[in-house]
Amino acid sequence: MQDWATDFDHTHPDYAAQATEIWDDLRARCPVAHSDRFGGVWLPTRHEDVAAIAHDTEHFSSEGVIVSPWKPEGLAPAGYAPPITSDPPFHAIARRLLLPAFSPASIARWEASARQSCQELIAELAGAGPVVDAAAEYTQHVPVRVIADMLGVPRSDGDKFRGFIHRILENPGGSVGNLAYEDTLDYYLRQVVADHRQNPRDDLIGFLIEAEMDGQKLTDDHIGGTVALLLIAGIDTTWSAIGASLWHLAQTPSDRARLVADPGLLPVAVEEFLRFYAPVTMARIVKEEVEVGGCTFKERDWVLLSFPSANRDPEVFEDADRFVIDRVRNRHSAFGLGIHRCLGSNLARMEMTVAIDEWMKAFPDFELADAGAVRWSTGQVRGPRQLPVRILQRGAE
Amino acid sequence: MKIILDNSKCEGHGRCYALAPELFDADDEGYSVLKITGEVPAGSEEHATLASANCPEFAITIED
Repeated sequence: MQDWATDFDHTHPDYAAQATEIWDDLRARCPVAHSDRFGGVWLPTRHEDVAAIAHDTEHFSSEGVIVSPWKPEGLAPAGYAPPITSDPPFHAIARRLLLPAFSPASIARWEASARQSCQELIAELAGAGPVVDAAAEYTQHVPVRVIADMLGVPRSDGDKFRGFIHRILENPGGSVGNLAYEDTLDYYLRQVVADHRQNPRDDLIGFLIEAEMDGQKLTDDHIGGTVALLLIAGIDTTWSAIGASLWHLAQTPSDRARLVADPGLLPVAVEEFLRFYAPVTMARIVKEEVEVGGCTFKERDWVLLSFPSANRDPEVFEDADRFVIDRVRNRHSAFGLGIHRCLGSNLARMEMTVAIDEWMKAFPDFELADAGAVRWSTGQVRGPRQLPVRILQRGAE
Repeated sequence: MKIILDNSKCEGHGRCYALAPELFDADDEGYSVLKITGEVPAGSEEHATLASANCPEFAITIED
C-alpha cells in the first residue's frame, strides 16, 4: 500500500473513499503531506497550519485554486474568475461589489422559492420508491434551481448549466472539441445577459448590470465571468453538503429521531454537518519560499487548503472525530478562513436548511438501500454523487 | 461581562449575529457590528459566550 504522507492523490477514488481516515492519520503523525504529482503539492492537515496559510496572502496566491497539471501563471492579481482567484488589493474591490447581494438579508429573499423547489422535487418522488437516489434525484437539483431563480433564468435551464459545469470541472483547460459555439457556456451567458439588458428585472444579473466598479459599469465579460463563477462555485458544493447530510442521517436513526422531534435544532445541526462533512478544499500557489509545519514550501508549489481536515483537528474541536448534532462550540472552517471566506455561505446555509427540512418532513425515516452503491466524488469538492436510500416512512401530507 | 469584537479579523462568517442577534448585527456587506457598548446586558451572557465560541476567525473575545 502506498504512503499517503509522501505520495497522495486527492483525485483518486481510493483517496475519496477513505479521505477522513487519511487526514486523521496524517494529522497525528505527519502533519504536512507532500506529493510530486501535479508538479508538487503540499497537504497540511492541522487547523493551525491551514488557518495560517489562509490568512497569509503575502506568501500564498489564489491565482490557482484547483490543483491540476495546468498551473496558472501571470494572472494575478485578478485571476481568471475574480474574486475567488484574486489577490489583494484587487480582490477587495471585486469582492465588495458582490457582498451586498449575498448578505443574510439579501439571501432571505430567495428562501421561499428554494423551499418551493424542494417541495416540487419531493412531489416528483412521491410516487417513486421505496428506493430513490437522494443525490441524483434530489440534492443535485436543489442548488441548480435556486441559482436559476437568483439569476433570473428558467429553472429548466438547470440541466443545461449542469452540463457546462461538468465539462469545466471534469476537463479543466481542455479543448471543447467539436462543440458548436451555441452549446457553450460563453454563448449561453451572452444570451442571458443580453436578454436582461432588453428586459430589466430585479435579480442577480439585473444587479450586476446596474453595479459600478470605480464609477464604471461592468463589461459583459465581467458580468459573464461572475455568473460563471456563481454557477461553478455554487452548485457542486451545496449539492455535496446536502447529500453528505442525508448520507449521515440515512445511517444514524438517533439523529433522524432528534430532528423529527425537534426541527428547531436544524440550524445547529447544519453547522455540524458543515464541520463534519465540509465539502470544499481550496488551493493556493506559493508566492515565495516559506516554512509551514516544519516543511519548506518552494515558490510555485501547489498547496491544498484542507478545511475538511482542519475541521477534524482535536486541538480545536472537542471529540473532533465524533458527529455531535447539537454541538455548542463549533468554530468550523467549512467556508474557508480569511479574505476568501465563501461569498455564498449564507446562500449555502439557507439551501441546506430548507432542503434537509423539506426532506425530513416528507421522509422522516429512511436508510441506505445499498451502502456499496454509494459513490463519492473525487477531487476538491467532496460529496455523495450516488446515494440510493430506502424510504421507510412518508410524512403526513 | 464585556465583549470585544476585533473588526480586523471579522470576515463576515455571520455566526455571531445568527446566535446572538441582540448583541450583533450585520452591515450591508455581512460584516459584524457590535450593537452594545460596555457591559453585556443581563440575560445575554450565554449568547455572548456562544458568539465567541463559534467565531471561525477568533475575532470575538469575552472579558469577565
